[in-house]
Amino acid sequence: MLTLEMKDTIDEVVMKHGSKQSSIITILQEIQGNYRYLPEEVLEYIANKMDITPSKIYGIATFYENFSLEPKGKYVIKICDGTACHVRKSIPILNALHKELGLSKDKQTTDDLMFTVETVSCLGACGLAPVLNINEKVYGKMTPESTVELLNKLREEI
Amino acid sequence: MKGTMIIDGRKIDFDGEKNILEVVRKAGISLPTFCYHSELSIYGACRMCMVEDKWGNTFASCSQLPKDGMEVFTNTPKVQKYRKNILEMILANHDRDCTACDRTGKCQLQELAVRFGIKDIRFDEIEKSLPIDKSSLSIVRNPNKCILCGDCVRVCEEVQGVGALSFAHRGSSMTVSAAFDRDIAEVNCINCGQCRAVCPTGAIIIKKENHKVWEAIHNKRKRVIAQVAPAVRVALGEEFGLEPGEITIGKIVAALKTIGIHEVYDTAFAADMTVIEESKEFVERLTKGENLPLFTSCCPGWVKFAENKFPDMVDNISTCKSPQQMFGAVIKEYYKKIDKEEDKETILISVMPCTAKKAEAAREEFEYNGVKDVDIVITTQELALLIKEAGIIFEQLEEESFDMPFGLASGSGIIFGATGGVTEAVVTRLLKDKPDHFAKDLLFSDVRGMENLKEASFDVDGKEVKVAIVHGLKVANDLINQIKAGERYYDFVEVMACPGGCIAGGGQPVPMDTAMRKERAKGLYKLDRTSHIKSSEKNPLVMSLFEDLLKDNHELLHVHKKSGADA
Repeated sequence: MLTLEMKDTIDEVVMKHGSKQSSIITILQEIQGNYRYLPEEVLEYIANKMDITPSKIYGIATFYENFSLEPKGKYVIKICDGTACHVRKSIPILNALHKELGLSKDKQTTDDLMFTVETVSCLGACGLAPVLNINEKVYGKMTPESTVELLNKLREEI
Repeated sequence: MKGTMIIDGRKIDFDGEKNILEVVRKAGISLPTFCYHSELSIYGACRMCMVEDKWGNTFASCSQLPKDGMEVFTNTPKVQKYRKNILEMILANHDRDCTACDRTGKCQLQELAVRFGIKDIRFDEIEKSLPIDKSSLSIVRNPNKCILCGDCVRVCEEVQGVGALSFAHRGSSMTVSAAFDRDIAEVNCINCGQCRAVCPTGAIIIKKENHKVWEAIHNKRKRVIAQVAPAVRVALGEEFGLEPGEITIGKIVAALKTIGIHEVYDTAFAADMTVIEESKEFVERLTKGENLPLFTSCCPGWVKFAENKFPDMVDNISTCKSPQQMFGAVIKEYYKKIDKEEDKETILISVMPCTAKKAEAAREEFEYNGVKDVDIVITTQELALLIKEAGIIFEQLEEESFDMPFGLASGSGIIFGATGGVTEAVVTRLLKDKPDHFAKDLLFSDVRGMENLKEASFDVDGKEVKVAIVHGLKVANDLINQIKAGERYYDFVEVMACPGGCIAGGGQPVPMDTAMRKERAKGLYKLDRTSHIKSSEKNPLVMSLFEDLLKDNHELLHVHKKSGADA
């Protein structure tokens, strides 16, 4: 259910960017910034507010990899699997994280909504390969061992 | 723009054609297309209409403007090869279970595969096994047969203003789907079936009820009655090789009787009742100045659209049931006692041009004490199939006339099937001096025709009555917004969901285009001209019904609760 507070937040975001249809992507990005994903009720509310059909908003939200309709974890770990990182063994890091967190390619977020693990194509930091990125912070020259260590540090922070 | 193009070496003049494709077709060359419909926006996705210019460039002819002196070739080795390649790729990605497919023999993909001699598909078939959506009462969607041409997406949004369907996901996992991959019955679909009418393959088909017809016929305890809507009689012939607009009502009655239906009646009879009730309601509202404009209620697609989008306007919709439901209510009342005496049960089958009528018949307000006004609704397409299933040779049928007493209709009742028809019938009813056909042609010239929005005003008892007629719900949507904003004023607004009215309903033979719609409408006006009874209140059998069965039973003809509305 959409709370009054959520409605206020959305109203504010829509007001800020204007309810013309071309603002939709910016609006969705900001909403996702708030909730870490795009809840269905929120998308329906926006559709109604901006006079875009819910089916079309759903189309936009599923087209862009960056948008998620599933809740994401507090820490979003993006492992670079671009060419440079791949040849410098990014996959073993991914496997280590999957094993450590009980995740897989189809299940990317832990049940306690703390961690999400996903791959990205290139973070543009090939000199530091293999690279991963946790909530906008970049970690370079990683190994499976250093990654698990980093993970444990994050767990302590929680 | 005007000029001359050279197509395959022949000079072809053009004047206002919106793309090269139209000019090529004018040259008598049928370029293949999946995603091109002249009434929809240009999408350029299927790439089947590719042509080559004299420098060897290939491009989609639907997406380029014609230019004076431009030279294109439609059958070069290059475009032939490309077309075949594209077809092979579409076929590799398509559920090719043709024998069990609804569209087999009429599928555009199948037709083009035959036309271009595709015998061997070099790519492995990709089995998608996506779930089939059977949730709707009107249509069945099979995404495994979808070729992503986007025709349904565009018709739903651009013509109907509904937007129930859209593209979702990306790349090889792209699908056409309703919001949040929900079942189509769970979203704002209005059941109009226009998506099905433009779908080139079997990805969207009509939900068939033929088996229910056979079950009813084979049950000796059932009294099986059929009503046939006006628009069916000017379109069914197309399924049997006749021209659009050709009137086949005699054969339709004969076919239904041969199949084993006991009594066959005319929905236009109920349309006459609708005209009388709706004009009465209109006059009452005019006098009181309440809930104006009065919106017509015959079209269930429109009614559902209004409930979804304009819940505050629902009270402006006429309380009259649609002709289909009026007919059902009257028949069930008429046979109530007789059924009890004979220990029978009356089953009413509607033969309709419309997929939304299936959903209308299932609405809870059309059921009294477990008895539904209408039990089974089949579309024109299903009737054609029923005739074929029964092995009836349509051409050889001897024409029969409707049964009595519910088979006599005025011309007014019959033109309900075309856009403007309801307005013409209601206004004719209200005019003291009934116009003859020549006067009618003149008086109603603004009301007939295929423009999306038509306006007219009439002098009724010295008062000017302003009417608007819209077809296609996108136009209706815009009009209502203008009415609400006070930019326009009308007393009476006729709304039909499908462009052209019921003659181009979602259950009619496909493909459809404007020329075809005009021919079908012409068929109905021809029936009006040759009808003995000129206006609804002159229908003696309708009037005697009002004196007798309906004397204290007027509520049978009205809707008392519209679900979705608060009342």
